[in-house]
Amino acid sequence: MSRTIDAVVSPTQTNTIPADISGQMLDLDEDDDLEVFSKDSTLAEGSMFNASMQTSPGSMVNQCKFEEDEEGDSKDIFITVDNPESHVTAIETFITYRVLTKTTRSEFDNSEYEVRRRYQDFLWLKGKLEEAHSTLIVHPLPEKFVVKGMVERFNGDFIETRRKALHKFLNRIADHPILSCSEDFKVFLSAQAWELTTYKKQGPGFLSRMGETVRAVANSVRGVKNRPEEFNAIQEYVEDFSNKISSLDKVTQRIVKEQKEYLEELKEYGPTYTLWSGSEEELAEQLKGVAGCIERCCKETEEQVGHLSDTLVPVLHEYVLCAETLKAVLRRRDNIQAEFEAKNEALATKKVDRDTESSDLGFVWGSLLGKNPEEARHQRQERLDGEIEELKEEIDKLEDRVEWANNALKGDWGRWQRSMRGDLKSAFLSTAEKNVDYYEKCLAVWETFLLSQRTEPSEETDRDNTP
Amino acid sequence: MADAGNKESATIGGDEFTNTELENNKNNTMVQEGSTLLRRMEISVAEAEKRTGKNTVNMQEIFTVYLIETRSIDAITEGHNPAPDSLWRRYSEFEILRNYLLVTYPFIVVPPLPEKRAEFVWHKLSADNMDPDFVERRRVGLENFLLRVASHSVLSNDKILYHFLTEEHRWKEVVYETGFQAKADSRIKALSATFRVKNPDKRFTEMKHYSDELQSLTSQLLRVRARVADRLYGVYKVHGNYGRVFSEWSALEKEMGDGLQSAGHHMDAYAASVDDILEEEEHYADQLKEYLFYAEALRAVCRKHELTQYELEMASSDLISKKQQREELATGMVRTFSFKGMTNKLFGQETPEQREAKLSLLEEQIVQGEETVTEKTVECEEYVKGAWVDMQRFKEQKDRDLREALIGYAIMQISMCKKGIQVWTNAKECFHKM
Repeated sequence: MSRTIDAVVSPTQTNTIPADISGQMLDLDEDDDLEVFSKDSTLAEGSMFNASMQTSPGSMVNQCKFEEDEEGDSKDIFITVDNPESHVTAIETFITYRVLTKTTRSEFDNSEYEVRRRYQDFLWLKGKLEEAHSTLIVHPLPEKFVVKGMVERFNGDFIETRRKALHKFLNRIADHPILSCSEDFKVFLSAQAWELTTYKKQGPGFLSRMGETVRAVANSVRGVKNRPEEFNAIQEYVEDFSNKISSLDKVTQRIVKEQKEYLEELKEYGPTYTLWSGSEEELAEQLKGVAGCIERCCKETEEQVGHLSDTLVPVLHEYVLCAETLKAVLRRRDNIQAEFEAKNEALATKKVDRDTESSDLGFVWGSLLGKNPEEARHQRQERLDGEIEELKEEIDKLEDRVEWANNALKGDWGRWQRSMRGDLKSAFLSTAEKNVDYYEKCLAVWETFLLSQRTEPSEETDRDNTP
Repeated sequence: MADAGNKESATIGGDEFTNTELENNKNNTMVQEGSTLLRRMEISVAEAEKRTGKNTVNMQEIFTVYLIETRSIDAITEGHNPAPDSLWRRYSEFEILRNYLLVTYPFIVVPPLPEKRAEFVWHKLSADNMDPDFVERRRVGLENFLLRVASHSVLSNDKILYHFLTEEHRWKEVVYETGFQAKADSRIKALSATFRVKNPDKRFTEMKHYSDELQSLTSQLLRVRARVADRLYGVYKVHGNYGRVFSEWSALEKEMGDGLQSAGHHMDAYAASVDDILEEEEHYADQLKEYLFYAEALRAVCRKHELTQYELEMASSDLISKKQQREELATGMVRTFSFKGMTNKLFGQETPEQREAKLSLLEEQIVQGEETVTEKTVECEEYVKGAWVDMQRFKEQKDRDLREALIGYAIMQISMCKKGIQVWTNAKECFHKM
């Protein structure tokens, strides 16, 4: 059973999307697309792909179901991030990465795109996605600045680590049923550099964004009163998870450090045997043999540390960042609910106002200025009624918004947990496998040496004889 | 002095070795089978205990004593299984014994004692002489020393050694009565001989260079090994943190909980396994240390040769100069410059009586001198012969022992790798269940 999203974009292809789609042209009937789209008028207008506007919650939930499996056989977009290059301008030096996209999705005009993007562009994309889908969980980006101790050599390792993280970031978005439909995402993948710059300039201006921020701050200060229990549970989990994953991150980095120091000493150890062999006759061969074993074990140790640094460390660090993302998502959801609650309170207050004969200031002034008290009261009632109606409309919208936000988060939460389990499980598995491999290789080294020393197996039993 | 070989005991004794002690004793197999004292007598250093007593400045001190047990082999083979004779000795008494042997048998490469203070320590290993692990390793080292001495074709026949092993009391008085301390060569004498000797046996000079190299190479190896051990300890122990965090994390998760929990246990096991691994490696280090200290004994033998050679050379040149003096006196010709000669020229020569007296004195001295030279020559030749034999024996022993030690080291590494494979395979299984 293919994903609903697939049905939308490529109705003629159900389960049989081949792994290699390079060169395969989109072969979709435009009418087929529209048939599906026409089920909901909002979709036909393409509002689903206009991420700069808050999308209608109802349509989103109906059309984009969260499916259980997102395995490769339903994958229709493949993205790679590679080929970092340095660009030097008069003002700055920066790195761009090649982003290569291959897709069969219909919203893309071509099946293949190759663009160059810099870190700032990724940041922009993340910001837009979070803006449009504030309670969806967007995979974290690698950090802007080098965290002390995380990466040692700035250039080679840092760029490679960042490249891998950026690659993962884009692929996670591509895997996400809602996020991957984002217009910003599409533009990011397909637009040429100058097109992207132009596109970035659109959208809500600075002031409206400021307004959003102010509202968000006000909401978070206000706090949420009645958080649903399930979100409390998620909040608690996220707190604990954040602690645990941070600990694991630190422990793993410590292991890498200790292992490297061990390696340094080991590198000096082998030569002491070689040196000694120079003074011996009978023992020379054997001493050189031991030195050789130690040297080979050094190589294996180096590989093992490298694997740890490349495989486990980045994943753990990613999930440290994820934990922060989750906290932010929960905060945003809370804010949405807080806003709703605030408006409800305002409505209640207004209703009380309307229903009580209060001597408000306007009434007093009005009487002072000689207005007819009956008329004034009537005007006041009308005004309040109007305000109440407005509020009710706003509240309805906010209620929808809360519901949508909650559902989005709930759906994405399960999805995130599955990803997390999968990612961490495979990272730890890989580490364990590598460690087994490491010990097996060292074992072979020493066993070979031992074999070369044993003239006869009975030598071993000699050791058991006590005088 | 009791006769060797007449010791018999009636009661049956039991072996109280712990597992570690048995293991440790296995490593003391590096002695030649079928040599003198050891053929007749079973020797072991069975236990260690703490004692308090007053030291030389009358202050309370705590020290360790070691139980030496001996049994006659004849009695055992006859099926009696007697209880061992035993006595307690402290480390300082072993030192006295060894110094006695060094002085009495200078041409023998005398087996070394285990170190007085813990050196080449890495952070977890205690430098405290009272630490039980240190005491245990020392017990093994002392036993090894006794076994080596008792299996040496020359040393094992020594009466003082026998007394040391069999009679607790009065041993110190007896050994001091031998006057060995007076016979010890002064440091200054030995050093000056090294600098001034003209014709030492080339083989001994080479052997001395070798002993220097052996000392510096093994000590460097031991130092680096200790650092490696320290780092390895760190790596393993940090994994213990995984155990703790996995366990805490597993409480949060539903699906992953079990897998994480059991993986955590394996991480704890991994962290704990390093203690045994490194303890075993200490035995390897001890084997190397023995040869580090042996290097010094070897050098001492070479130095002694230089000293005897030097003394011979001094005696010879002394004899030659005396003969020259006689010649001068007899013929009146002054071959060499001397103040006497000058003053004679200036102030007149001596009377014939004085000359006669001088001449006869010189004759006496020359006779003595010739005797001395003959003695010294014999001494030197015998020394060279005896020392060379023992140095060859030592060389073969060293090659054998170190070969075994290196093989043992490889076996330890293999065991460590196997443990690692097991732990991480188990962990892998647990991660699968996540």
